[in-house]
Amino acid sequence: MEHFDYLFAAYTIIFVVIFAYVVFIWRRQARLETEIRAMEERLKSLKTAPPSAGRAKSAAEN
Amino acid sequence: MTTLILMVVSLYGVFEWVPTEEDQGIVQRIFYFHVPCAWVAFAAFGIVAIAGMFYLWLKDQIWDDLGYAAAEIGMVFCTLVLITGSLWAKPIWGTWWTWDSRLTTTFILWLLYGGYLMLRAMADDTPQVARFGAVIGIFAALDVPVVVLSVRLWRTIHPAVLITRTGEHGLQDMRMVVTLLVSLTAFTALFGWLLMLRFQQLRSRSRLSTIRRDVALIEAAAGDY
Repeated sequence: MEHFDYLFAAYTIIFVVIFAYVVFIWRRQARLETEIRAMEERLKSLKTAPPSAGRAKSAAEN
Repeated sequence: MTTLILMVVSLYGVFEWVPTEEDQGIVQRIFYFHVPCAWVAFAAFGIVAIAGMFYLWLKDQIWDDLGYAAAEIGMVFCTLVLITGSLWAKPIWGTWWTWDSRLTTTFILWLLYGGYLMLRAMADDTPQVARFGAVIGIFAALDVPVVVLSVRLWRTIHPAVLITRTGEHGLQDMRMVVTLLVSLTAFTALFGWLLMLRFQQLRSRSRLSTIRRDVALIEAAAGDY
């Protein structure tokens, strides 16, 4: 079992790095979804807002 | 789930089933994950180049998102290739690193895509940055065949295992070939899954940018009236 420590280190690093990358992607995705929901709400409220916003809506569509 | 099962099978192959290589001993088993990491990195960088070409041609954001996602994953696996290679080199060559042609060209590849990712991280998401990114991605991928052929083009201490310099395959036992193939399949599945996750995330980011732009337009127009 000579050099088992190198083998163990190599496989540990591979799995730790991949796991960390997946966690990083998931966390970023969760943050993005929260942000998208908030922005969609904001957009909806702007589109349904009173008079001046009505003209603003058409400006945005143009 | 398929990826997980394949990973477990390949780990069983590496630690239980495959025979120990005679010259290098147990540390040679790093090979069964080191080579698939390199394969995923090369495939990812190939996708960056193809996506870059399509982006320059069609100017569609979807290709830029695909290239960016693939570059990031390629970078993760290229880093793993360098780390696992170093851990393998120390007991076999007696050094963590040497400026051998295979190692040096791989390090250059890592630096090139590091530059690509730095550009993407530091600059705004504009079509001009996406164009620069596409060009860098295509240019950097030219190093992939150089890395693959480096063991044949120059004198090197890095082994040419899959196909030796005399043209034969260097794996002594059929179980070694099977274990490597299972690991390659597992890593390919893992790559596909990671690419899908990251690509979908970048699509969400593009969607968020569109919504933000709409909100800003409405707010600006409302301010004008």
